[in-house]
Amino acid sequence: MTKYVIKRLLIAILTLWIILTATFVLMKSIPGDPFANEKMILPEIRANMEAKYGLDKPLIEQYVIYMNNLLHGDFGVSFKYKNRSVNSIIETGFPVSCALGLSACFIGLVLGVVFGILAAIKRGKWPDYLVIFISILGVSVPAFVFASLFQYFFAAKLKWFPVSGWGTLATMVLPALALGFRMVAYIARMMRTSMLDVLSQDYIKTAKAKGLTQLEIITKHTIRNAIMPIVTVSGSMIASTMVGSFIVENIFNVPGMGKYLVNAVKDSDYTMIMGMTAFYAIIMILMMFLVDIVYMLVDPRVKMD
Amino acid sequence: MSENKDRKPLLKIEDLHVSFMTYAGRVQAVRGVSLSMEKGEILAVVGESGCGKSVTAQTILQLNPSPPSVIEGGKIELEGRDLIKCSESEMRKVRGREISMIFQDPMTSLNPTARVGNQIMEGILKHQKVSRKQAYDRAVEMLRLVGLSNPEQRMRQYPHEFSGGMRQRAMIAMALVCDPKILIADEPTTALDVTIQSQIVDLMLELREKLKTGILIITHDMGVVADIADRVAVMYAGMIVESGDVQEIFYHPKHPYTWGLLDSIPKPGTGRTDRLVPIDGTPPDLIYPPKGCPFAARCDYCMKICHERMPEITDAAGGHQVRCWLQHEYAPKVENRYTTGEGGEDHAAGSHRA
Amino acid sequence: MHANPLSRDQFERTLKSTAALNEIKRPATTYWKDAWRRLKANPVAMVSLVVLALIVVLAILVPVFSPYDYATQDTKSINQAPSAAHWFGTDTLGRDVFVRCWVGARVSLLIALVATLINVIIGVLYGGISGYFGGRVDMLMMRGVEIIYTIPDLLWVIMLMVIMGPGLKTIIIAIAITGWGSMARLVRGQVLQLKQSEYVMASKTLGGGFGRIIFKHLIPNTMGPIIIDLTFSIPSAIFTEASLSYLGLGIPVPLASWGTLANEGAKMLLLFPYQLLFPALLISLTMLGFNLLGDGLRDALDPRLRK
Repeated sequence: MTKYVIKRLLIAILTLWIILTATFVLMKSIPGDPFANEKMILPEIRANMEAKYGLDKPLIEQYVIYMNNLLHGDFGVSFKYKNRSVNSIIETGFPVSCALGLSACFIGLVLGVVFGILAAIKRGKWPDYLVIFISILGVSVPAFVFASLFQYFFAAKLKWFPVSGWGTLATMVLPALALGFRMVAYIARMMRTSMLDVLSQDYIKTAKAKGLTQLEIITKHTIRNAIMPIVTVSGSMIASTMVGSFIVENIFNVPGMGKYLVNAVKDSDYTMIMGMTAFYAIIMILMMFLVDIVYMLVDPRVKMD
Repeated sequence: MSENKDRKPLLKIEDLHVSFMTYAGRVQAVRGVSLSMEKGEILAVVGESGCGKSVTAQTILQLNPSPPSVIEGGKIELEGRDLIKCSESEMRKVRGREISMIFQDPMTSLNPTARVGNQIMEGILKHQKVSRKQAYDRAVEMLRLVGLSNPEQRMRQYPHEFSGGMRQRAMIAMALVCDPKILIADEPTTALDVTIQSQIVDLMLELREKLKTGILIITHDMGVVADIADRVAVMYAGMIVESGDVQEIFYHPKHPYTWGLLDSIPKPGTGRTDRLVPIDGTPPDLIYPPKGCPFAARCDYCMKICHERMPEITDAAGGHQVRCWLQHEYAPKVENRYTTGEGGEDHAAGSHRA
Repeated sequence: MHANPLSRDQFERTLKSTAALNEIKRPATTYWKDAWRRLKANPVAMVSLVVLALIVVLAILVPVFSPYDYATQDTKSINQAPSAAHWFGTDTLGRDVFVRCWVGARVSLLIALVATLINVIIGVLYGGISGYFGGRVDMLMMRGVEIIYTIPDLLWVIMLMVIMGPGLKTIIIAIAITGWGSMARLVRGQVLQLKQSEYVMASKTLGGGFGRIIFKHLIPNTMGPIIIDLTFSIPSAIFTEASLSYLGLGIPVPLASWGTLANEGAKMLLLFPYQLLFPALLISLTMLGFNLLGDGLRDALDPRLRK
């Protein structure tokens, strides 16, 4: 078991190193090297950057400095604004994105799993068709359409919630729903398929032959096995949502990571993009690692390898 | 038969009809099967794949998913009580407590994410008013009984930590834990290695002696039948074509299909060198079953009548029942090693281990 | 026993014909014919197919025959509601939304098709090589896919756009080089499975050469899953493009795609909701069509469900 954990940890660290190196190389390969171009950088930022990234030093050394900074939790500074560091953006944006993302994931996972189970149990009856309808709708309609529709009806027309902004619980409802809806659709569909797959297994027949009720079969023998694929996808899903959603945050003007990143792209704030990507990668890989551990706890078979 | 008219057999299936409503049409998987079984008896239902033997077995416990399966008629009486008329909740009390079942593939028949011990205890806790401790002790006892060493340790393990034979033993322990009257074993040895097969057969024989459980074994393996069964029913295309005591079936088989089955199995230790004879052709499509005898098209002794009319079940000597026109007085006499009484011994002698 | 008595001549022997016995009664069909037959029997998939075909035809024809040009501004008629003259109304610059929607369809579909095609080519080659060689090569190559997967598509695309600068070509390349991972995994899995399958082994034993195995076994057996994956990756490419354009990171003006149209419409959402409605509807309809068609194809092509 310890061996498994160590192995997964090593893989995670290796993956992270490759991604961080890749972002460094990508940024260095921007045509016309903005870092070397005097006109693109304000002088006071220039000094800041040189101190931070060692821009006057050879490439290898810059790489070592960059990695060393990351190792100390320093994601760098803005290329466009002085006195703005990636860390400060993360500090303000990440809690917001995290709160929004986690509530969306909560909606998505809980409703998705429940809907999936219901659909599978009531296969071929109306709850099943309803869930299929919702999941096809959720997969087919882009998030910005949902977000805009929610905003138009629930905020602008019905005035139940604020149109945009952040800070109160009410402002959180619509973005979380807009973000969660797609997840509900995706998870429900997946859970349904997985449930049906498990229900056709031989051990379900064994359980039935023991005299268990349908409910006991579902709760004791089906859900735990059927939820495996959900566990697998939920890690990257939670990770990618909690680091911020580009679209929903922009529509509802939520001051999260996604909004800052889109702004950074529009501003061509290269170091900001690089720093945020690095942060993103770290969170993602951390989550993947956690998922591996959770998976091991849920599925006893994994321990064998 | 006449001496004890009120005595009900342990299990009696009468004229059972089961169909599957599929995309291609109505598949008449079981077409009028009648079987009966006494307490502590081992009855083998034998036939090739797709003949309806598993469907029959699963229908007893109503385990076939419905839809697509439909029980279209007949009775399944457990000590006189018709199970087909039972409600789902009454059936649940039968399953695992009065009739248990084990399946072909022990690799997939156990829940991979639950401890073996819990899976065994589940049945006891469901059917008997006992504490967890008592259930635990009972489960350990059962594991010991089916021949697993270190039962306490086995209880904590997961199915993937067991070998195939051990899993089938665990399955048997799980099935017998509530001391059912009948164990239905659906191809219990098919997925196992040959050496493990004979261990499982021996285990079932041993448990029958100890627990007096009736066993309905479904198999396509005549060798297993010879080893284990008291009585045999040969099934073909959804019907019982011949049934009788194991000795009768092996020494005096009457149905050409049974002859074919016996010809197509190896005869170890007899020194005979004849080649195995396969039965030509395939069973009929049960969406469009023939109106006559279903075996007619593959039968070496086929007559005109066989294509026209379904033969009735007739009693032959020795409590033996056959569904074949050859039993009719008009039918020409067939001469082969089975009718002259010299076939069969070698199978029974060859595969019966002392 | 029987109503009519039996006669002795009914008990005459008949000869069995072995040839007739081994004859298979159901007619033999090829895999693709059979799949097509089953797809035709699926009304949802057929309707989706017709709707998608209609969208493609309209995307080709409308800009040709429309009296309006997608880029021509008309200050006299801005923000008009749908009418006989302007079926989908006009936008803030007085451009006809109907014609812009179909020009947008051209761009969106073009991006999706080209990007998906590149995806398939990279994915099949990468997955095929990885699965074929197996072992260490396979492990390294799949680790590579995993790394790409770790960062969400949209972020990769954004990073690539930063490097290459915005534009139609950039979007196509960005979607193409980030989206091949699932195809590579799929092909690799199929190849690994086929490599071990008994019929490929049998073919090898019977002296079937490399080419025969590839063309007779690998390709026909992998085609089904590839086509299914393709049907699902086209809408995901449309989706990625729309999201990017919606964020203002997509293709530059005055060119329109469904994403940019939705972006422009969203700005006017509270005043003129129909400006978002039509492009959103078209995107959703197309995605729906591809998703439902994909489901239908999966049912039709999955040989395990064959009856």
